[in-house]
Amino acid sequence: MIILYIVLAVVVIVAFWLIAVYNSLITLRNRTDEAWSDIDVQLKRRHDLIPNLVETVKGYASHEKQLFENVTKARAAAMQAKSPEEHAKAENMLTNTLKSLFAVAENYPQLRASENFSKLQDELSDTENKIQAARRFYNGNVRDFNTKIQVFPNNMVAKMLGFGKYEFFEIDEMERENVEVKF
Amino acid sequence: MYKQIDSNKRRTVALMILFIAIILFLGWFFGWYTGYQYFWLGGAIVVSIGMTLFSYYRGDKMMLWSVRAKPIAKEDNPYVYRLVENLAITAGLPLPQIYIINDPAPNAFATGRDPKHASIALTTGLIERLENEELEGVIAHELSHIKNYDIRLMMVVAILVGIIAMMTQWLSYSWGGNRRGGGGGGIFVLIGIVLILVSPLIAQAIKMAISRRREYLADASGALLTRYPAGLASALEKISAYGEPMKRANNGMAHLFIANPFGSRSAKGIAHLFDTHPPVEERIAKLRKMA
Repeated sequence: MIILYIVLAVVVIVAFWLIAVYNSLITLRNRTDEAWSDIDVQLKRRHDLIPNLVETVKGYASHEKQLFENVTKARAAAMQAKSPEEHAKAENMLTNTLKSLFAVAENYPQLRASENFSKLQDELSDTENKIQAARRFYNGNVRDFNTKIQVFPNNMVAKMLGFGKYEFFEIDEMERENVEVKF
Repeated sequence: MYKQIDSNKRRTVALMILFIAIILFLGWFFGWYTGYQYFWLGGAIVVSIGMTLFSYYRGDKMMLWSVRAKPIAKEDNPYVYRLVENLAITAGLPLPQIYIINDPAPNAFATGRDPKHASIALTTGLIERLENEELEGVIAHELSHIKNYDIRLMMVVAILVGIIAMMTQWLSYSWGGNRRGGGGGGIFVLIGIVLILVSPLIAQAIKMAISRRREYLADASGALLTRYPAGLASALEKISAYGEPMKRANNGMAHLFIANPFGSRSAKGIAHLFDTHPPVEERIAKLRKMA
């Protein structure tokens, strides 16, 4: 009889523990998803700034057709990305095309002097900072969540309960200062 | 950190109950003494609940008004606005209302009842004197107070205690002053008793709001946000090096500022008696050790 009670007690305790773990994992996962939407907002903002930028540069350097095509293609690809890893790759490519764009802009002093251009550059740089900030928050949440599903004894049940690891979001920072090309 | 948030919320409720109890006791006492029981007790109930609600919903506006803080939009000061905006994103907080106080003394505080209704105020002195990373450190420290719900507790304390302090001061001046004019000795004794009873409770309430652990936690959380504890460390050095008091400082709010608003060299104010913040040297040392 006693054995039966002990077994029942153990079952109840394990059940309560499972519920607690499940609930905390759900909470962490929802927080992480919400943190991702922060990044998404900033990425969208970045994508929205680019057409304006391209038009402004076209106004002064209309024959750099390849450059504009690269930027536009990279932007379209970035807007299609789905998983954090895809996003990271696409955004890095976009950053590279933008770097070339700004490097070329150095050759056009009138463009550099244009107020519109410098304002757009400012906004873009601020968006980069915001993406980094949102990324730090997101990665912090990912770290907490991944840790929680990997420690013992949670790791035994995490997969069973349907919780998979989240990927970190790693994108390169664009250079803060534009390189001054002096002749 | 989540334990801190719960503890703060509980303490705020406890403080409000304590406050209402004090006022009700005073009301009962005056009612018993003067014989107009219902008047005093009824008045006490209305006053205490009214003040408690006021402190919770309007406390932040009250505090900002008392230091003449002015709200800013992005265009007014894009540098500061962007700093706060980006740090709020890193913290996962909604953007608080940003206020600027026109005062050469470098100082800052945060207030509000929860992260959705929060405000952060910086003095012009702070913005001018600090470098980027130092200002970021201070803002991150204040944002951590917002995240931890420290601001709710500190705001309620500031308003309720400030009101009681004002009332007891007024009582002792207006009635104590009549002493020599032949006013009833009985009333003087009464006031004396009331003050003796209430002062330690005020001290206790303030102690509840002040906690070295809370400040250290805000320092640490802020450092985690910026990943650059040396920023806040050198900011604190600069702030404590500036000795002058702020143009408008009062006892009720002293504990909310990041530095003693009566001036680091001053012995004035409750700030000195109750040591509202842990000593600056210790805070700087702890931050530098993190680096």
